[in-house]
Amino acid sequence: MIVYLQRLGTYHLHKFVRYSHSQSTVIEDEISRFNRLSMVWWDEQGDMKPLHSMNGLRVKMISGGLVNSGRIKEKELKQPKPLTNIKLLDVGCGGGILSEALARLGAEVTGLDASEALITTAKHHASQDPHIRNEINYVCNTIEKYSEEKPKAYDVVVASEVVEHISEKKLFLESCVQTLKPGGSLFVTTLNKTYASHLAGIVLAEIIWKILPQNTHDWEKFITPQELESILESSGCKTVLVSGLFYNIFTNKWRWTQNTSISYALHAIKR
Amino acid sequence: MASLKTISFFKILFRNGRCPFLQIKRDCHSTTVQKKFYDIVIAGGGMVGTTLACKIGMLEKLSDKTVLLLEGSPEKEWIFENRYSNRVSAINPSTKNLMESIGVWKHITERRFKVVKKMQVWDAISDAMITFTSDEKFSDIAYIVENDLILASVTKQLKHLNNVSIQYGAKVKNCVLPQSGSSEQVSVELEDGTELKCSLLVGADGASSLVRKTMGVQYLSWNYHQMGIVATLRLSEPTDNVVAWQRFLPSGPIALLPLNDELSSLVWSTGTEEAKAILKLSDEEFVDTLNEALWKQYPSDNIVNSATKHFNSVLEFLTLTSNAVRQLQPSIVSVESKSRAAFPLGFGHSTKYVAPGVALIGDAAHRVHPLAGQGVNLGFGDVVALTNQLVDAVSEGNCVSNINYLLRYETLRQRHNVPTILVIDGLQKLYGTTITPLVVLRSLGLQLIHSVPPVKRAILNHASV
Repeated sequence: MIVYLQRLGTYHLHKFVRYSHSQSTVIEDEISRFNRLSMVWWDEQGDMKPLHSMNGLRVKMISGGLVNSGRIKEKELKQPKPLTNIKLLDVGCGGGILSEALARLGAEVTGLDASEALITTAKHHASQDPHIRNEINYVCNTIEKYSEEKPKAYDVVVASEVVEHISEKKLFLESCVQTLKPGGSLFVTTLNKTYASHLAGIVLAEIIWKILPQNTHDWEKFITPQELESILESSGCKTVLVSGLFYNIFTNKWRWTQNTSISYALHAIKR
Repeated sequence: MASLKTISFFKILFRNGRCPFLQIKRDCHSTTVQKKFYDIVIAGGGMVGTTLACKIGMLEKLSDKTVLLLEGSPEKEWIFENRYSNRVSAINPSTKNLMESIGVWKHITERRFKVVKKMQVWDAISDAMITFTSDEKFSDIAYIVENDLILASVTKQLKHLNNVSIQYGAKVKNCVLPQSGSSEQVSVELEDGTELKCSLLVGADGASSLVRKTMGVQYLSWNYHQMGIVATLRLSEPTDNVVAWQRFLPSGPIALLPLNDELSSLVWSTGTEEAKAILKLSDEEFVDTLNEALWKQYPSDNIVNSATKHFNSVLEFLTLTSNAVRQLQPSIVSVESKSRAAFPLGFGHSTKYVAPGVALIGDAAHRVHPLAGQGVNLGFGDVVALTNQLVDAVSEGNCVSNINYLLRYETLRQRHNVPTILVIDGLQKLYGTTITPLVVLRSLGLQLIHSVPPVKRAILNHASV
């Protein structure tokens, strides 16, 4: 029952971005356009539901990973802001679903996305919560260019549900690692390149159940944990944890699993 | 996809997936004046609302959240008196745990409370009875505490907290809730014109909740056409008063809750007209009427008698006999002057407890007959469940008003509250009749439960969480 509903969300979003672009010059003013885009991203029960529901797991993976790497103490997890003083880069932040969560936990978050529309949406949404209004620095740029500006600047770099859309994986990951301080942590969540992920993500979701529009997924762009680990190793990172992720579409819940054949998370530490 | 979500059985029963009455107003005017913002505003400073404020304020995970408690009545200084208040609650062990967790239980023990070690419930028109006794396996059955003492103790604790403020004399006039999926805040307007903004508004404003009305949810309710008469009673002779008594009369249940060795508190549910008449009696007449209600022998029905007798021999044959013997209820010698009062009884249940930016707790969400002493315990159970979800939401980097966590609170509580209130309502109706087959049925049922320890334990466990 594992279906990548977040692709559905992304698809709707792109459609929506195009739609609203064409409309903007005619009737809709900028603010209401982003208001609506923000509603698409931020409706907890809407299209982006799986990404919202994944947040709890992602946040625990990052805070738990930082305890394992010794960057924060376990007892700090009990405090309201356990990630205080952590400089964190969220690569491919989209509408800011994960960036906001990490900022609420005290991290100094930079949200990076190449889409201007998404960055504006993310900024607009964050401005509504007084707790994080001034806490997130959203930047519209590519990681390749941004990493040249900010080498060795971050304690943590997160690339969640992004790598599977990238063709130049080596360049992308090297750039991510470049922005990390030595000893810093890289967290990645993505899709495995297996028959199982092909079956669940493409055959079942796109062809049989038609939950996703066809061609949402490009299986060729998926990556195995071994490949990912090897690229990271050559970029100077040691992988400390790989764990499978399971999404149940009926309960809208994610959980950890031993099985990495469909979706997985990886934690690597820069040497 | 919402339809695919696992929806609890009771939700299917009690919810109209699409609520035609749901009306959401949008905050259209953007004011230039910055309104005061709180993370959580609690409307209603009764026992349950105040306890929620205290619990939130004391949790480390929520320590950076600002909380405002709004209470409609002016601040009253609570002065401890020797005279007992006529309004008491039978709080269960879970509620006691909650009180301990927020450091309030010590304030209560410093003053006074009474442990209930045994409960005896019996039928006025048959021989059927049931007893619950605390032993090593069961914790205490309940604790009888005055409502004023609970409220004063929680308030005392609350005043030490920096992140919680209380505003007395503050009645909510109007609130505007965010649209589903939007990240807007809740606007609250008070009767004095003050305007507030918050992420989460909690309706703890009682059975006729304004917050619930603003949510526009369906509210299932009916009137029992009964009133609950309360009074403080003096027993005819001092005893080791540790038993809670309840006798089911055809006109309604009468309960005695121990306060100390000499005094017990009365909760007597009876028809509205009769209750009004009873209130008008002199103290002496009242005591006579009360003793008659406690002791009167109703003409027994032969069918009922032989049914219970035969059923008893079957139970004996199955070696399912309970050793518990029927204890004789106390007699009342006098009533404390001016301690008599009465309040109307009704049933109510909100089909939804939450909506974007808002949650209901306590009587705002559910109202029950006092016959099982569960009303306030259900409300305190809501406090525990809601704060657990708020902690989870915040731990996972979410805003306190995140709807997924609110929905989880609703599911968890409805799974507990709905069966509880339905059973209580069912008992109210079952014992309100003198129709022979129903009397037989309820008598045999009671005998059976009384004789099967696991069933009894299950009931006690349900009532104590």
